[in-house]
Amino acid sequence: MDASTASPPLGDDHAAALRKDRLIERWLMLSLAAPALLLVAVCLLVPIAWLFYLSFYTDAGAATLINYQRLVEQPSYARIFWTTFKVSILTTGICAVLGYPLAYFMSQLSQRAANLCMILVLLPFWTSLLVRTYAWLVLLQRTGLVNSWGMQLGLWSEPLPLVNNLTGTLIGMVHIMLPFIVLPLYGSMRTIDRTLVQAAANLGASPVQSFWRVFLPLSLPGLTAGALVVFILCLGFYVTPEVLGGGRVIMVSSRIATDIDTFLNWGSASALGAVLLLSTLILLGIASRLTKGLSVTGVGH
Amino acid sequence: MTWLGKPASDTQITHGARLWLYLLAAAVFAFLIVPTLIVIPMSFSESQYLEFPPRHLSLRWYEAYFQSRSWMHATATSFKAAAVTVVVATPLGTVAAYGLYNAELATARLVSLLLITPIVIPVILVGTAIFYAYVRLKMVNSLIGVVLAHSILAIPVVIMIVTSALKSFDMNQERVARSLGASRVSAFFMVVVPQIKFAILTAAVLSFLTSFDEVIVSLFVSGGDNSTLTRIMFTALRDQIDPTIAAISTIMIVVTSVLLALAQMFGRQSKR
Repeated sequence: MDASTASPPLGDDHAAALRKDRLIERWLMLSLAAPALLLVAVCLLVPIAWLFYLSFYTDAGAATLINYQRLVEQPSYARIFWTTFKVSILTTGICAVLGYPLAYFMSQLSQRAANLCMILVLLPFWTSLLVRTYAWLVLLQRTGLVNSWGMQLGLWSEPLPLVNNLTGTLIGMVHIMLPFIVLPLYGSMRTIDRTLVQAAANLGASPVQSFWRVFLPLSLPGLTAGALVVFILCLGFYVTPEVLGGGRVIMVSSRIATDIDTFLNWGSASALGAVLLLSTLILLGIASRLTKGLSVTGVGH
Repeated sequence: MTWLGKPASDTQITHGARLWLYLLAAAVFAFLIVPTLIVIPMSFSESQYLEFPPRHLSLRWYEAYFQSRSWMHATATSFKAAAVTVVVATPLGTVAAYGLYNAELATARLVSLLLITPIVIPVILVGTAIFYAYVRLKMVNSLIGVVLAHSILAIPVVIMIVTSALKSFDMNQERVARSLGASRVSAFFMVVVPQIKFAILTAAVLSFLTSFDEVIVSLFVSGGDNSTLTRIMFTALRDQIDPTIAAISTIMIVVTSVLLALAQMFGRQSKR
């Protein structure tokens, strides 16, 4: 398309016409995205902006900060924010502890074997969220498989309350989030130069030393990226805490849903939504800063 | 030297010394896979309590599902919504991906970012915003509303898949076609589309899955006669543990696996 530079010098207005043509061509191309953009704008972007605007007004239409003031002052909101933070940080921590060894194990396998293991990680990733949550509900209930096997093996004598509480919520969420941390971790571990570890071993480092002082530091960017993604996704989680928490684990999302479903309280819901959106965007900004080059998009499943 | 005593990695650690790593990895794999798969045999159990292993095999819960009018109606709605979502999202996403890829403008980056937002921000906000829009537009509980909402979530998926296919396609081929006299539109359909058709098919399959599996937005915008299967399942889950859902889950696992196998097949074709 660089006809103007490649061919013998043309008149100035000729070059200008070509430039104009090229610009028109590009805008024409861009306009192909218009239908999709229109749909997203009408159904999503404009309503979000509108809800945000609405959060600063009372039902009567007077400007106010009351919706945000309530978030700060009412203890019930403080509890919700605390629960959301607690569940998210615990899920992220457990995912890191379970996911790191798994990714490490996979990174040491041959490419073929690792690809097979990858299927095992991706299978639950693509299975319906609802189906997986239901499976845990069945397994963890009082008469469920986990309790009956645990009691048969004599590990505990009374049925443990594994569901309708924080424990159930955490089990379900870790199950759903684990692939999100394993994938970036595995990706970053694969790119670590193996000769560095070999060199450490050659120079007399014990296996434990060469892991802690060479491999682990090199894998930290992947770990941070994965952990941030998991944490961000946890903040906005709805289905799993709702079903496995049995009404005892109320996170920001659940509160937004009840505000709208039961009270049609748009002011309160949109203020909460604004807080959730802002924290998500800030964390996403940090994540994309930290992980330039690592792919973190496409995680909203 | 037994296998346990052999060095396992670059650090010369033996297999024996890191047996715990293998056991832990196996346990985590089991944690990932078993809970979902165990629902399949359980769905064939006779008892109300979904035994494992089932003492008596029966199709009781499948019968309950196929004979229930509300479950059947919701299933039909979900399939309809997913099919129409494919028809809406695949062309819109493909054309947008093609345009954005070729636009080479700073604005194009901004537009791509805006189009990706639906799968980046928390789904609960997507649900809230769409519901708010639908209340204004009087589209709550309508099938077209569900379809448009699901399309918003599927379009980013289509764009990502098609864009990555376009990256491996040589745009000069299209320029050649046009310099030889093909119109812009026929060059697109005769030269570009055939080369990225497997990517488009993959995108179509994943759009279907995106819609079929979607829960949260459906909770907000579907209802009444147009309730999706996931919506009914979710409400049923909150009330009690209905064994019928084990049968439905099994069917959903089968549907998902078949679709993913299809997507995988198309993906392999497009890489050739």
